[in-house]
Amino acid sequence: MAVPPIEVRETPLVLYTLRRADDALILGHRLSEWCGHAPMLEEDMALANMGLDLLGQARELYSYAAQVEGSGNDEDKLAYLRDVRQYRNLLLVEQPNGDFARTMVRQFFYAVFADLYWRAMMRSKDATLAAIAAKSEKESAYHVRHASEWILRLGDGTEESHSRAQDAIDDLWAFTGEMFAVDDGERSLIDSTIAVDPATLRPQWLKTVSGIVNEATLALPTSGWMQQGGRSGRHSEHLGHLLSELQSMQRTFPGATW
Amino acid sequence: MVTAMFDDTELRQRAWDVAASVVDPEIPVLTIADLGVLREVTVNDGRVEVTITPTYSGCPAMNMITLEIELALERAGFRDSKVRTTLSPAWTTDWMSEAGRRKLREYGIAPPQGASSRRGLFGVEQVACPQCGSANTEVLSEFGSTSCKALWRCKACREPFDYFKCH
Repeated sequence: MAVPPIEVRETPLVLYTLRRADDALILGHRLSEWCGHAPMLEEDMALANMGLDLLGQARELYSYAAQVEGSGNDEDKLAYLRDVRQYRNLLLVEQPNGDFARTMVRQFFYAVFADLYWRAMMRSKDATLAAIAAKSEKESAYHVRHASEWILRLGDGTEESHSRAQDAIDDLWAFTGEMFAVDDGERSLIDSTIAVDPATLRPQWLKTVSGIVNEATLALPTSGWMQQGGRSGRHSEHLGHLLSELQSMQRTFPGATW
Repeated sequence: MVTAMFDDTELRQRAWDVAASVVDPEIPVLTIADLGVLREVTVNDGRVEVTITPTYSGCPAMNMITLEIELALERAGFRDSKVRTTLSPAWTTDWMSEAGRRKLREYGIAPPQGASSRRGLFGVEQVACPQCGSANTEVLSEFGSTSCKALWRCKACREPFDYFKCH
């Protein structure tokens, strides 16, 4: 790489904000990969629109993280000049698109969580995070409705769509536990009502997810084992490939604008 | 030119009028005042500060709108004006003016219905066709040509149309 990675001073609030920003950026990038490839025009536009919502959320969050950090970083540096181990997103959002069913299951798991999360974060004592939450919760409400309708259609559709949706649920399930995990730094933010304790969102998440999944004649796995690591920078091999595309321009032509 | 003849109230009104004339680059019949994006204009020592709020998190029109406001103020003789973006309170379609809703309809886009509460977001929506006025319409896609629009179709006149979503 032509440009060395930046250093980020990860105070609890900076790290917390970066984690949410990285979730939004990486999932938004994944959705953008469908642009021009979705099964129909309406869906192409829907995926690109949702990707844009997520990119917008990521920008607000990165700008805030940079401001809190106060070391001269900005949204672009945080997005383009951190290496894979410095990324803090959930393993779920970096998983490859796979087929359409896999993309929709990933979207469904995340959107249902994000919707509950942003609604709760509107009460954050941190005014900026509360404001970002107020914007994002309306967007995620649309994402939930869109993904839910697809889970129903795919699960209760043909044998082929049913089995593809079920395979995706079985494969991605192990990445859902990380959404509800908390470390010591986050615990301190939860105690000071800056952050939401995600564990409190889990019963409602499970209720919504299992409700739709059952209605779609699909089933959730019974295994409770969950994979983690993304929040501390231990990623699957997929994220490096994603970043090499996302960052190639700024790494090759530092500071390029047009 | 800005001179001492104007007091701050008059200046503020002039600056507001200038900023309020800026249109949304994606829906050029709507001004940012119609949209409710223009929140505040203040004048301190003859320097104007305009506060706007973004519509959708990822709306690319915001950068353009900021630039257009700065240019419009510059052309009107205001020097060194500043545009500030505020996130709170979050923008909602409830802030769209009646004039804005009428202009949208005339332009062929169905204006947002009702209030932007969760119920509004998910209630059964009845959107009248902006072409023929029929209520016999159906949604084609929740996501349309821009972040703020959904794609609908009129079953009476068969015309597809954009619907400005509740937010």
